[in-house]
Amino acid sequence: MSAEASGRPERRADIVVCPGGPMLVRGDVVIETEDGVRHESTRPVSAVCRCEKSARKPWCDGTHKLLPGWR
Amino acid sequence: MLLPQARGALSAALLDLLRRDPDPDRTAPAPVWPVSADSSADEALSLWVLQELHYRGFDDVDDRWEWDPTTIALRGRLERALEGRLRERYAVADVPRSDDLVDDVQTMIEQHDGPSLAKHVQQHASREQTETLLRQRTVYHLKEADPTTWVVPRLGAGPKAALLEVQFDEYGNGDPGRLHHALFERGLVASGLSATYGDYVDEALPEVLEQNTTLSMFGLQRRLRGAALGHLAAFEATSSIPSRQLAQGLRRLGFPEEMTAYYDEHVEADAVHEQVALRDVCLVLAKDEPDQAELVRFGAWACLDLECRTAEAVLGLWAAA
Repeated sequence: MSAEASGRPERRADIVVCPGGPMLVRGDVVIETEDGVRHESTRPVSAVCRCEKSARKPWCDGTHKLLPGWR
Repeated sequence: MLLPQARGALSAALLDLLRRDPDPDRTAPAPVWPVSADSSADEALSLWVLQELHYRGFDDVDDRWEWDPTTIALRGRLERALEGRLRERYAVADVPRSDDLVDDVQTMIEQHDGPSLAKHVQQHASREQTETLLRQRTVYHLKEADPTTWVVPRLGAGPKAALLEVQFDEYGNGDPGRLHHALFERGLVASGLSATYGDYVDEALPEVLEQNTTLSMFGLQRRLRGAALGHLAAFEATSSIPSRQLAQGLRRLGFPEEMTAYYDEHVEADAVHEQVALRDVCLVLAKDEPDQAELVRFGAWACLDLECRTAEAVLGLWAAA
């Protein structure tokens, strides 16, 4: 089934906000955090922390799942 | 890799057969497979050996045995029995079945309460106990991601492309040095352990073998593709936090950086893979092929169930030492 036939858009999203989870970012990106430090992505898809509790910010480390009512 | 040691009458007969020359014109009747009194370890090892013929084979086995009707028939019988045991347990498990498959898998993971080996390593396992665990993990980690790769040509465009996005990362994004099982190999060598494929199979717990044979069965049987992908989603979704705990435990115990690097890599990688596997692979598969949704739940459940059994068995091994 083609992308169109299945009703999905022709172009997939480069940035995806996951419900209750991180933000997925596709491609090489450099993220500058509040402290001015620049972080280069190292994989084709990166998960960016949205809960602010990751020990590896700006990247997601799954910590959001330990927060009450994360979903 | 050489054939492992037999663990009973069935594996002894199988190993004996595989050491012979397969004759494609053979007219001899199919062997009668013996069954041991306590056959679980014997059956698990036999199935593991038969499935390995489809991966990298054995130096002391003729490669033609891979597709010999005798080995295929026995593999079929053992996989039917394995699937039957899994389905028996699955039938009485508390499995959420809503119209939101992602939520069902996440609920299943949240409600699951097996022992966590990662927490033990993080907090108080000894170096020796941790090495025992690493040796058990070699059975999977030295061919990490391979069982799921069997599924690729059996999917439509959506789940196929998304699955490859995960697998490509598992395989180091084209860099052999970053391939996950190569990272584990480096960690083992730096820790003074063997990184040779198959070296620790003789000490592998039956539960560990069954964890691996289940994953290979899901991958090798097209019928079970939904289960292979549900297993992937649950596996990735239960990896980031335990990987961080394992890395902390390995540092506490003074393991070399190469070993902790393997688990560090999985903290971030699996936080990504979890999302892609759940939403872009499993959910899209279930939309394309609605009959696969229940298999996704089955595979996710099997991942949690088998890891729980492995964890209990490893705790038993630690206690007995």
